[in-house]
Amino acid sequence: MTPEDNRYAKSHEYVHPEAEGDLVVIGITDYAQKELGDVVFVELPQVGAELEQGDEFGNIESVKAVSELFSPVSGEVVEINEALTVKPELINTDPYGDGWMMKMRLSTPEEVDEMMTAEEYEEYVEKESAH
Amino acid sequence: MTDDAANLKKTPLNGVEHELGGKMVDFGGWELPVQFSGIIEEHAAVREHVGLFDVSHMGELTVKGADALTLLQRATCNDVSKLENGRAQYNGLLYPTAGFVDDILIYQNSTNDFFIVVNASNTDKDYEWIADAAKGMDVEVRNVSADYAQLALQGREAERLLQPMTDVALAAMKYYHFGIGKVDGVPAIVSRTGYTGEDGFEIYVAPSEGPRIMRKLIDAGAKPCGLGARDTLRLEAKMALYGNDIDETTTPLEADLGWIVKVDKGDFFGRDVLQREKSEGPRRKLVGFEMIDRGIGRHGYPVVDGSEEIGVVTSGTHSPTLKKAIGLAYLPLDKSASGTEFMVLIRGKETRARVVPTPFYKRAK
Repeated sequence: MTPEDNRYAKSHEYVHPEAEGDLVVIGITDYAQKELGDVVFVELPQVGAELEQGDEFGNIESVKAVSELFSPVSGEVVEINEALTVKPELINTDPYGDGWMMKMRLSTPEEVDEMMTAEEYEEYVEKESAH
Repeated sequence: MTDDAANLKKTPLNGVEHELGGKMVDFGGWELPVQFSGIIEEHAAVREHVGLFDVSHMGELTVKGADALTLLQRATCNDVSKLENGRAQYNGLLYPTAGFVDDILIYQNSTNDFFIVVNASNTDKDYEWIADAAKGMDVEVRNVSADYAQLALQGREAERLLQPMTDVALAAMKYYHFGIGKVDGVPAIVSRTGYTGEDGFEIYVAPSEGPRIMRKLIDAGAKPCGLGARDTLRLEAKMALYGNDIDETTTPLEADLGWIVKVDKGDFFGRDVLQREKSEGPRRKLVGFEMIDRGIGRHGYPVVDGSEEIGVVTSGTHSPTLKKAIGLAYLPLDKSASGTEFMVLIRGKETRARVVPTPFYKRAK
């Protein structure tokens, strides 16, 4: 199931709004983790890094391939998920929960509103996988 | 991409793979599963129990006639005369430059009747190359790839699973031997061969019989496995992949396959070059490495020494058994000794790696 309270990017990252207005949690979607297969490690940015929307913020290596990660929003990285260093497979087992990647403080909150809703993202994935 | 999918070649087991939920990909023009349940899980099943692969895309040729042995001796670098009826041999089909046309398995039915298994994407090229070399000889070369579905049952439980389904005596069959008999009541070739570093069998049957036999083996406990696990398994066992580790520009000696080079067997394509490489040493060598820094050196990544590119990674992955990043790379001969450290350029970043002894994984006997 695609969580309703998240917003989604075409590059298959999700943005989950935290209770505090301009804080969000970022990770990759369930569809993305399935496409990648078994994740063996993730390279994430330093806390304090300033990212623009669309910036590459890291890499994710699965057994079969490496993929770039793109920031779906602009802002400052305030926390990264250290657990992924030792348990990268959390991205496969719980992408929307314990497999989160980083927390950001948004500089341009409107960007989130322009992202896809869960329903729109599901339609988008359906079209993409039909290819 | 719908059109492309329709244009992809399908093996006789394609329908079963869809039913089993295989994640299908385009593999050199063939629609094949890259994974079913996940690469790490499938890899572990083969290392610890038994897994089943569809390798029907592989090509099969027959070489028959009075000059069959003469032809194969000329076209390959290993000594085919050392084969016996019922045995198989790993061999290199070479150009006069000693580069690989392909790496192949030769099964000997008799000295005038051989069955050859070749890499899928090389089938037509190999057939033409062998047929061309056969001109003027009393021999018939045929491409019989469409006559076979091929299954690879791999892992320590393979014999236990397969024996109830076949009249071929498996316990008595040694590594790289084969038998002809029946599997599930239909004619089959069964060889004790594989591409995983485990004990196991490869089974050749008529295409129409493949799906039923595949289902039966899975029902008996074999885990369906895809190309992803096939690649991690073969790399741990340091088995070369044509197109990655070897190709027309690499010789068997460079590829560290000296054990299949028999320069004293008589003349063959590439012999001069290999004799010279034997006395002078090849200019580069394929070595196994593991990463010291974090990262995975993958196919095509350069090996650098300062600003100079001194080699290239040909295969690389995360090893599910060793739980670290491993790979193969061509390095200059003087930098190929075990323990030597070198730099792989991973997305622009110099990343440390170290030459290690191979194979990375060897099964306990």
